[in-house]
Amino acid sequence: MIEVRFFATLREGRGKIAEIGAEEASAASDIFRRFDIPAEEVSILLINGFHSKPEDSVKDGDVVSLFPPVGGG
Amino acid sequence: MEERYIRNLGALSEAECALLREKTVLVAGCGGLGGYLIEMLLRLGVGEIRAADGDRFEASNLNRQLLSAPALLGKSKAEAAAERAALVNPDVRFVAVPAFVTEENVKELIQGCDAVLDALDNIASRRMLARACSDAQIPMIHGAICGWTAQAAVLLPGDGLLETIYPEGAALSSKASLSFTPPFCAALQTALCVRLLTGRGIEAGKLYVADLLDMEMASLF
Repeated sequence: MIEVRFFATLREGRGKIAEIGAEEASAASDIFRRFDIPAEEVSILLINGFHSKPEDSVKDGDVVSLFPPVGGG
Repeated sequence: MEERYIRNLGALSEAECALLREKTVLVAGCGGLGGYLIEMLLRLGVGEIRAADGDRFEASNLNRQLLSAPALLGKSKAEAAAERAALVNPDVRFVAVPAFVTEENVKELIQGCDAVLDALDNIASRRMLARACSDAQIPMIHGAICGWTAQAAVLLPGDGLLETIYPEGAALSSKASLSFTPPFCAALQTALCVRLLTGRGIEAGKLYVADLLDMEMASLF
């Protein structure tokens, strides 16, 4: 399983945490598609707490955290 | 020590209060974040505050912008900030600049500053300000809000943290903001600013993200 943690506005309609089968995603960007999140709506992507890129691979047991851009003032 | 700063003592030393009186900061933007940042910096007794914003108040600002009021619709935000400064702490040198921070004026605005506070409302302007601060070797205290979420970070010259926070292509999807999110974010930024200006030290490269809906605060990177 891969644990996906959503933050801020990405929680709307998705909750805080979801789990998906490891076979459902080979790269972090597959998780975006799985949860219908446009790439530009993820500004910070952490895999197991480390700053990562959408093309980085994910595997069974990983924790993937997704943060949207926060930019108002 | 002046009586107006007595309650700073215990949390800050007399020497730290005196140090703040010698510092100069720029608040880039006098809207949601900027209004509260200016208020907090004035009451702390920072020596010189420059405040820049080319915008004027409109009705949609009233739900969250401290300096806004129905009677001030159409008024320059920077001029409203100057009037507030004169009212709250006339001992602070206050320079109101009724213009947006741009490539053309940014160098002059930040020159001589000990810190620059980001109260801007878009990613492109933040990138421009961060580049200028980095070039001038001035720390920039980033803050941004969206809905129930606030984030803050100290950007040190050359650390590239803003590019990590906003990668190429990142786009803002919501302009929502509630009355309590800007003051919360401004408080994070001001606390970071005081730590920086008094030499208490900051943890470089950290982004602090607060979710006021779920009452969570995380420190990233």
